[in-house]
Amino acid sequence: MKRTQLLVVGGGPAGLAAAALAAQRGVETMLVDEQPRPGGQIYRSGGFTSSTLDRLLGESRRHGAELVTAFEHSGAVYRPRTSVWHLDPDGEAGLLVRDAQGAGASETIRAERIVLATGAMERPVAFAGWTLPGVMNAGAAQILLKSSALVPEGRVVLAGSGPLLLLVATQILEAGGRIAALLETAPRNMNAAALRRLPRAGRGWREIARGIGFYRYLQRRGVPVHFDVDGLVAEGTGALGAVCWQSGGVTHRLPADLLLVHFGVIPVTHATRAIGADHVWDQAQQAWRPRLDEFGATSVSRYAVAGDAGGIGGAQAAEVSGRLVALDAAARLGPMSRDERDRLAAPLHKKWNAATAVRPLLDALYPPPAFAADPADDIVVCRCEGVTAARIREAARRGCTGPNQLKAFTRCGMGPCQGRQCGPVVQALIAAVHGRPIETIPPMRVRPPLRALSVGDLARIARADSDEAY
Amino acid sequence: MSNTSDIVVVGGGLVGTAVAYGLVRAGASVTLLDEGDVAHRASRGNFGLVWVQGKGADQPAYARWTRRSADLWPEFAARLKRETGVDPCYRKEGGLHICLDPEEMRAREATLETIAGHTGTDQSGAGGRIDFAMLDRRHLAELVQGLGADVAGASFCADDGHCNPLFLLHALHAAFAAGGGRSVGEAPVERIEPGSSGFLLHTAKGEFSAGRVVLAAGLGSARLAPMVGLTVPVRPQRGQVVVTTRQPPRLRLPTHWLRQTAEGSLMLGDSQEEVGHDEGVTLPVLQTIAARAVRCLPWLAEVPVLRSWGALRVMSPDGLPIYAQSAAFEGAFVVTCHSGVTLAAAHAGALAPAIAEGAVPGELQCFGQERFDVPQAA
Amino acid sequence: MFRRLPDDERDRVVLTFEDERIEARRGDTLAAALLAHGRMVTRETAGGGRGPFCMMGVCFECLVDVHGRGGGRGLQACMIEVCDGMKAGRHRTQSSDEPEGAA
Repeated sequence: MKRTQLLVVGGGPAGLAAAALAAQRGVETMLVDEQPRPGGQIYRSGGFTSSTLDRLLGESRRHGAELVTAFEHSGAVYRPRTSVWHLDPDGEAGLLVRDAQGAGASETIRAERIVLATGAMERPVAFAGWTLPGVMNAGAAQILLKSSALVPEGRVVLAGSGPLLLLVATQILEAGGRIAALLETAPRNMNAAALRRLPRAGRGWREIARGIGFYRYLQRRGVPVHFDVDGLVAEGTGALGAVCWQSGGVTHRLPADLLLVHFGVIPVTHATRAIGADHVWDQAQQAWRPRLDEFGATSVSRYAVAGDAGGIGGAQAAEVSGRLVALDAAARLGPMSRDERDRLAAPLHKKWNAATAVRPLLDALYPPPAFAADPADDIVVCRCEGVTAARIREAARRGCTGPNQLKAFTRCGMGPCQGRQCGPVVQALIAAVHGRPIETIPPMRVRPPLRALSVGDLARIARADSDEAY
Repeated sequence: MSNTSDIVVVGGGLVGTAVAYGLVRAGASVTLLDEGDVAHRASRGNFGLVWVQGKGADQPAYARWTRRSADLWPEFAARLKRETGVDPCYRKEGGLHICLDPEEMRAREATLETIAGHTGTDQSGAGGRIDFAMLDRRHLAELVQGLGADVAGASFCADDGHCNPLFLLHALHAAFAAGGGRSVGEAPVERIEPGSSGFLLHTAKGEFSAGRVVLAAGLGSARLAPMVGLTVPVRPQRGQVVVTTRQPPRLRLPTHWLRQTAEGSLMLGDSQEEVGHDEGVTLPVLQTIAARAVRCLPWLAEVPVLRSWGALRVMSPDGLPIYAQSAAFEGAFVVTCHSGVTLAAAHAGALAPAIAEGAVPGELQCFGQERFDVPQAA
Repeated sequence: MFRRLPDDERDRVVLTFEDERIEARRGDTLAAALLAHGRMVTRETAGGGRGPFCMMGVCFECLVDVHGRGGGRGLQACMIEVCDGMKAGRHRTQSSDEPEGAA
């Protein structure tokens, strides 16, 4: 029978910190992660040495390595290449372990408590041509750099908004790459909303200075930076050929081989929605997040959330929240008293507050662009099933009041990604048609499997409660 | 807009919309009250079979009613497509019930002989004798590619077919609207008040009044029925379903728990579980469904699973539909069943016109609620 | 579209994609190996070719079929690693307008 006291899902900063601390405190802990190596997307590595990458990624790469080392010495069991495709209310999790060739073996494990540390994803924004090969997320380019030492080349255009976009731009340049243009959807000067949030933003000035520094650096390196960008279009037949946009009242067109877009990050809520946890709409971040208590516990017993999956706070905050969730697990599962948990948690809560103080400012500085909520009729919103904005609007006008009826009527959100890419756009579209506040449109229901597996994998599950597959 | 109409139908699932569509076709002014986006909705989890074989072995009237609906389906589907542009993707090429051992084959044949007896000897007319044949493994292999070693054979029934239940629901909504019906969403009914000249319904979207009311709210009808002098003892029965990504055409005929849709997905079902209102899926059942599918068709093993879900069937104590008019409050009807797809054509084409006239058809009298009345203790 | 940093000295791995010989590095995901080789299209749909978009398993655009022993259909190329002798090809998504149940 396969059992563990604590199952941690996700090997980024939140999951690593949670698993390491829980194991150190005497909780029998297993961490499962889809990637072949620990670190999550932020500390992702290809497991090879490269002085160029050390220079480019600097302090972040070193800190990630320290976190991984602490985890490896903690006594927690580590299961790489392992996806969670189902979560039961009673704590049985369906796992799919893949070998290097992609062959899967499914099994289940029963846990007394489960920490979901599934991280963040880049906010999907549907714009004309975003399905063309050659259009990718900026974060995807950074993953290719960190894990495969790949640098974009050719005519590279970056578009969108947010700290990651600027970071990726500088990393490309420092790795010897070139950038044809950076298209910033935010205005050149700080907006009023951001100014209001400045006084309470902790190290806010630093963030702003960093942003200004990024722009200056890019311009010094000869990268044309356009602000207040609207009407982004990727053109091409079969693959990207050019990028069009408007800024300063002028329409621009630039031939391009690669368009990297980034519109901020949102929590990955697939697992928390699958277990039926309560979610709240985060107005500032324009995203759903699970409703959590101060120790990351969800509304569903047994389940807690750590890190960005519970609301975007960044890597530092994720690590702290992982420790808080671990302390709570230790207190609930036995080895730690509640008093000790609270004593140890007090400084962590302070640290978490400090680490997240800058978020409202960042959210105000880099809001999603206006065109994110209002894609033109001919734009494909559901990438899996090719459903356009026009069809979604039409179904909404025909009486669909939410995304679940919409799925039934149009197939939107019913493909393999299960609404991960179209869900946020669909929500905005339906809200607009009905003239309702966006938070009144519920998110799409999530159906297992959370990750792809075959009928054969399903037929051959090795169950946690039996010694043999049946 | 006035909140008064001839008839209010409560429930926007397959049963409610089929009846509502039939009522507007019969010339009534109809308001359809529906719940919100995340309502329990059997219609959205439906397997999509228009299924005759096996139904009504213990109740001849049910066998005949099912057969009649199957007969009405081709014209029903064509009309929906014509009127709305939404194709419910109905195909009537027959259906299979796969048997895994000779004993199951023998039992199956006996059941179908009984039903054939109920449905008469005439194969041409509506409600006639069901058209079935037993196929041994060799004959079945001519119809189905890649049979597993354990398959003994199958029963084949030419009256069976399948459709896309989601497009059927969409088409019914659209046809109802095109016919002049008024649909009000996000309007769960809180209370129904019978009055001297009809019924007043209190909803989240205000009050609605009508001379007649049809309860077609699935499991929700149980709560509403006593307000109009009816008892509807329905309970949820869960069926778990697994669907795969789209595949090239490989399984032409539907079976009772495995079918390939018009666009290529394979649907695998389907369990029967008494678990209350829990719509979740469970690992043991998913595994059983997948293992049985692979046993019948081994090539399914490498096909990727896209999604799985649990849907709640609306079951009465004897598993048969309930069609009744209230004795205490004339004009209040209930329509409920667990075969919302199969019976959609009969609900729209035969039941609704009778309700528009103010009565349940004579042939359906045996489906009244009084069959569940508990005899008073002596 | 992408080039390797010069100090990446990992072992070479050879695989076949759509019958084309592709040299990758040990530890590459299949999606990374294809992009490094200039192959932007991994999946075919009625609406045209699609390629890797998120590289972290959420977009399901980089679906491929891996052939042979232990392979599978419709796998995410960004979630599997290359190995010597791997044979794979584009995943073809059957086109359709018909949903099949359970919204």
